[in-house]
Amino acid sequence: MRHAIVEKNVGLLAILILVVISFGGLAEIVPLFFQKQTTEPVKGLEPLSALQLAGRGIYRREGCVGCHSQMVRPFRAETERYGHYSVAGESVYDHNFLWGSKRTGPDLARVGGRYSDDWHRAHLYNPRDVVPESVMPAYPWLFENTLSGERIAGEMRTMQRLGVPYTDEQIASASEAVRGQREITALIAYLQQLGTVLKDSR
Amino acid sequence: MNNLWGDSLSSFWSTWIIVITLSTIGIAFWLLFANRKTDKAPDAGGNVETTGHAADEIEEYDNPLPRWWFQLYIATVIFSLGYLLLYPGLGNFSGLLGWSQEKQWQEEVARAEERFAPIFTQYQEVPIPKLSQDGEAMQVAERIFLNNCAVCHGSNAKGGYGFPNLTDDAWLYGGAPENIVQTLTNGRNGLMPSWQQLGSENIENVTQYVLSLSGKAEDPERAKKGAAVFASVCAACHTPNGTGNQAIGAPNLTDEAWLYQAPGQTLADSIRQTLRNGRNGQMPAQAAYIGEDKVHLVAAYVYSLSRQQ
Repeated sequence: MRHAIVEKNVGLLAILILVVISFGGLAEIVPLFFQKQTTEPVKGLEPLSALQLAGRGIYRREGCVGCHSQMVRPFRAETERYGHYSVAGESVYDHNFLWGSKRTGPDLARVGGRYSDDWHRAHLYNPRDVVPESVMPAYPWLFENTLSGERIAGEMRTMQRLGVPYTDEQIASASEAVRGQREITALIAYLQQLGTVLKDSR
Repeated sequence: MNNLWGDSLSSFWSTWIIVITLSTIGIAFWLLFANRKTDKAPDAGGNVETTGHAADEIEEYDNPLPRWWFQLYIATVIFSLGYLLLYPGLGNFSGLLGWSQEKQWQEEVARAEERFAPIFTQYQEVPIPKLSQDGEAMQVAERIFLNNCAVCHGSNAKGGYGFPNLTDDAWLYGGAPENIVQTLTNGRNGLMPSWQQLGSENIENVTQYVLSLSGKAEDPERAKKGAAVFASVCAACHTPNGTGNQAIGAPNLTDEAWLYQAPGQTLADSIRQTLRNGRNGQMPAQAAYIGEDKVHLVAAYVYSLSRQQ
């Protein structure tokens, strides 16, 4: 009958529930923080340039992750279509992760270099112009909005604190690099580098 | 091929996982028995011990756990131990079955390779002009085309603004089998420089001259003036008579194929735009994505498109 003590004290019950579920995290999550595969970048991985990082911000703002995953799973059906399956070392510089879990559209983990810049422009301006059966929304405002470059240095500074190896020179020149660029240019710069570090291996 | 899981865990973390996992199962098992009440027989007076909860004078008995529930709990514990024995779960112990996610993928790929590779090898040996007559091969090729190429060139292969029509006889880089294979394998990068520096007067004249090459000049006077500029500036790539150069992808300006005429745009406007801003056409290399055997097959399909009817 001692469990009556737990059942009648909601605070104690909550604390004990947290203790119980933390065992799962301790066994499944904590060891990953100390494993090379999850903490070290794959060979050749570079931090995003200022323009690409700005593009990543637009990717997040427009909610691309809601319909496009960035995670090629190790199944033949996926590796035939998208290329090499995703590995943890490719996402080491990603804060936050944009792996996603919903595929209304195709996976974008390896979309970099797959299509030309012109195609991306045409497609983002109105997807139906190039893929008649597409249900993707159009993003015409990306072609009008320009980047002010005010926030990019701060964003890179934050990334630096989170462990992305940006140099101070890169941060100093960041604002200059993106100021006045159209949002579409930044977004395409981001898309065209996705997954290209492992692109030669299928 | 990259190792999905990489090196094994250090022995500390391996032990850490094993201890937590097994002790969690152990504690759960203990909890079941510690709280399992055995059946309480009624005492001499026929009274049965209750939990003390009462509502409207209805009291709650303190019965043992239902047998099915109790047995199911034990079954899950046995299942978890069996699972951890067969599959990787306990730190560095890889399980008796030797299963891994990567191995499963490799086996899946190998099975498919065994089944499909002979088909593609067989097609690989047939020359492209002959392969393009093979109905079954072209059905396979069409699927590959629709999955990989139709995104730009359209499902009917007629292209669009900036993306070449593959069903006509106009070829930027040549329509011979080896040209098509080359285009597919390594991609193409077409560059028309901007000629803004010629000044708007000259751009207008050259525009009229280019129109005149296919008999569409609106202003013969200007076309005549444009001829001289064309000869000194444009002829280097497009040849003096404007028929283009397939070695560098300079389009033929005397035919009816206009790659960059946007919907609703007049031809003269599109030529002006090309002269002012230049163009950069890009065909991404496909060999890395679909492999050389499929490049061969798709090349035959593309070859067949312009030779139908």
